[in-house]
Amino acid sequence: MERRRPLPACRLPHYSEVVNLQRASLNPSLIREMKSLLGACNVLGEPEDLLLYEFDGSVEKAKPNLVVFPHTTADVSQIVKLARKYGEPVVGRGAGTGLSGGALARGGGVMVVFARMNKILEIDVENRRAVVQPGVVNLDITRAVEFAGLYFAPDPSSARSCTIGGNVAENAGGPHTLACGVTTNHVTALELVLPDGEIVRVGSRQGDATGYDLCGLFVGSEGTLALVTEISVKLCRKPEAVRTLLAVFETIEDASQAVVEITANGITPAACEMLDGWTLRVVEDYIHAGFPRDSGAVLLLEVEGLKEAVEGQAAAIEEVCHRCRAREVRLAKDDRERDLLWRGRKSAFGALGRISPSNYVLDGVIPRSKLPKALQRIHEIGKKFGFSIGNIFHAGDGNLHPIVLYDTRDTKQFEKAIAASEEIIRACIEMGGALTGEHGVGMEKSELMTLQFSDADFALMRRVHDAFNPDCSLNPGKIFPLSRGCGEIRIKKKGAGSVNP
Amino acid sequence: MKVAENLTARLLQTIGAQRVVVAEEQLAAYSVHGLAPRAIVRPSSADVVAEVVSFAAAEKLALLPLGSRSKCELGMPPDRYDIALDMTGLRQIAHYDAGDLTLSVDAGMPLRELEGHLKEKGQFLPLAVPCFESSTVGGAIASGIDSALRQQYGSARDFLIGAEFVDGTGQLCKSGGRVVKNVTGYDLHKLLLGSLGTLAAITRLNFRTFPLPAASGGHFTNFADCQSALRYRLTVEKAGLPLANQEVLNPRVAEMLSAILERAGEALPLGLNRGEWCVYSSFEGSDAVVQRISRDLERIARETGAECSEVLQTAADESLGGMLREAFEWLRWGSPANVICKLALPEVKPEILAALSHLTESDSLRVALLVRASNVVYFTVFGESEGDASIQSLSKVVAGVSAVVRTAKGNLTLLHAPPGVKQKGIGSQFSPSDMATHQRVKQSFDPFNVFAPGRVLGGI
Repeated sequence: MERRRPLPACRLPHYSEVVNLQRASLNPSLIREMKSLLGACNVLGEPEDLLLYEFDGSVEKAKPNLVVFPHTTADVSQIVKLARKYGEPVVGRGAGTGLSGGALARGGGVMVVFARMNKILEIDVENRRAVVQPGVVNLDITRAVEFAGLYFAPDPSSARSCTIGGNVAENAGGPHTLACGVTTNHVTALELVLPDGEIVRVGSRQGDATGYDLCGLFVGSEGTLALVTEISVKLCRKPEAVRTLLAVFETIEDASQAVVEITANGITPAACEMLDGWTLRVVEDYIHAGFPRDSGAVLLLEVEGLKEAVEGQAAAIEEVCHRCRAREVRLAKDDRERDLLWRGRKSAFGALGRISPSNYVLDGVIPRSKLPKALQRIHEIGKKFGFSIGNIFHAGDGNLHPIVLYDTRDTKQFEKAIAASEEIIRACIEMGGALTGEHGVGMEKSELMTLQFSDADFALMRRVHDAFNPDCSLNPGKIFPLSRGCGEIRIKKKGAGSVNP
Repeated sequence: MKVAENLTARLLQTIGAQRVVVAEEQLAAYSVHGLAPRAIVRPSSADVVAEVVSFAAAEKLALLPLGSRSKCELGMPPDRYDIALDMTGLRQIAHYDAGDLTLSVDAGMPLRELEGHLKEKGQFLPLAVPCFESSTVGGAIASGIDSALRQQYGSARDFLIGAEFVDGTGQLCKSGGRVVKNVTGYDLHKLLLGSLGTLAAITRLNFRTFPLPAASGGHFTNFADCQSALRYRLTVEKAGLPLANQEVLNPRVAEMLSAILERAGEALPLGLNRGEWCVYSSFEGSDAVVQRISRDLERIARETGAECSEVLQTAADESLGGMLREAFEWLRWGSPANVICKLALPEVKPEILAALSHLTESDSLRVALLVRASNVVYFTVFGESEGDASIQSLSKVVAGVSAVVRTAKGNLTLLHAPPGVKQKGIGSQFSPSDMATHQRVKQSFDPFNVFAPGRVLGGI
């Protein structure tokens, strides 16, 4: 077979050659024009104001030159055009709870904060749809529709503060996405502002839009293709019955084997979360949720659906857990006990703040059948680098969240934490997994992307990126690696803050 | 003819004689909308697919990747069509981790064969698409056709977790992965759904699989009119009963289904009075769940004024469920010239269905309506012949449907129509902005316009 030459027109310069992350001071007339466009109260430019926008929930840090608050789609379009006129990059931001640096202004420039575009525009109870602005807080959608027995399914741990716009950008997950799916499964249409200010719509409110699944492309594109200004979402009907179980194990091996068997037996709980012994003790000391302090690991499981279904499923789960040597399987007797168990799960990261100045929450995915092996590897890696690594994660979908505790003031320790994290992510990939299950690539993992993707994969992703964001003016320095090849993984030298997902 | 000979010679030289077919009688079988390719290539691996795409790109030829060709007339006729890329030679299971409920399978694998492999492990893939007996996995995804089980399992976009494909530059690319939760990089595999072969040649697809249910059940009920049938549908929805599928059949669809069953020596469960609307529901779960849902459906049917209703025996349910999964297929061949549109409506109201039913006054054109989950309505109008008059009336009906759907703020996909009707019917519904956004995606995947140009949105 004759091998043909590669087609020359498709060679793109490396991302590092086209993206400009050099910060320059802002042209004062841009600030003036922004103020006249949006009003002075919607523009922040003083250094002390900008400090607040230097962080998100990750270990990364980058300060914008200007922060603006649009109220309408037209505002967003005008902002983008103005920034373009002055050659400034633009980055969108919701509540800044992201965990991968997705909403940080890596190249400085204008940060568009959607906090004031926070209206629920329409609720259609009968057809279970809502249309919302990007700044609406995730949990507020559920609050607005629960009168009709409906809810919005994706529930990241930060649901009380994170915004739907950020959820769309990151394709956010959460504990209850195991059975219900992540953000992309619940978004049917988007209104977008492209980097040149053009306003476009993709998808259709009902779903099943003709043509390509463009919603599927934009959800999870981490703000690198467009700014999202309106979102149509699906609403789910609250189940008739819910059962919450706490399965207590002597060892983490037994608990992970139980997850493997639950999955392999075709039981799909609504949620299946694991806390290892070390983490549950930290949580118990803080929240008193009822996790037994002397156990090796617990599984927090939830089944939902028809009464008849949950009873059967709860019984099946109990049987599997006992087969895997569970010491005890406890059924939450009422809503109070259920809420307490979940509060324990969701407050874990706050609890960690009590014992360490900083923590670094990793995010990787593995096939669920490899869970015992993965946890063993994490333990070994922790030992090698001299950390105790805690695990509190979405076991049911193989989404690991190892937590490394370290002290920000100790640069060496931080570097070691980063190195340990990288090794864990490599182990996930070797086991057939992926770099990130729900936190996104952002700045945090862009240099690790070469572990998962080939040059051809990058070339195509770049062409898609360039088709919408040709001059990298929108959220520059994210997703795509700045270095060439896997040998050159960046070790960050800067300090980091505590994580509050 | 000289060009064709040269093409043949170069293809044979580049790809190898054993994989290239140029015999005219075989080419005809690969026609799409009457357009036959100049050669067929049957790759045996993703590398060969990449070779063929590179060849086509360098030679400025147009390629159409095909599976079993059961649904290749969805979408518009390609503007150009030189090489048919027959993907049925790629049919291995690349990876199946039953314990993780994840699967990676070659695009040419027939759905029926795959079903057998998964069944051995007590699992299945909820891609209940028409032409199930012949369809390939890749074809089912590229066609974007609806699965009859979407109410419970979602559509393919909800359980497709990754893909490998050759893009228009001849490079083998991938997106997503083999894990059930993954946000690494752009979700490019989602763009392949319903792309009709215009973006890439899909070589492999990764799915989340599902456990086979312990038990299943079916329920059938008849109503005197559309209002009652829709009231029943809404009441069932509000009751939160987890159905696998529910289909509302207008009298025309019910009659057709009845006739088909009769030919097979079976009958509609309750018989059929003229003008009745029927609702079929199927559901899955444990025995207790199936019994509970059957009971509730019977009660709701009674309360919403059903003429009659019946919980189906397993055999009757399987037969009826299978027939309804194939509805697109029998609606498509229901008359010499007909039109099938898929409508997605914000709301399914009696007024809208009435407006759709009355789009044609003539007795020779009759309307079939099938309402599925997620407010999807299959609208079919049957023409009597392929003659000019019939084509003109069909075009008029398509314009009418388009207007009804626009007023209802829904959207329309023209699935099947005589070529003349398709060209006229598709044009106006997409704005320049829609076209431009699609064009950006097409350009990124296929900068040399190799893949089936013109098949999507009438021009992309």
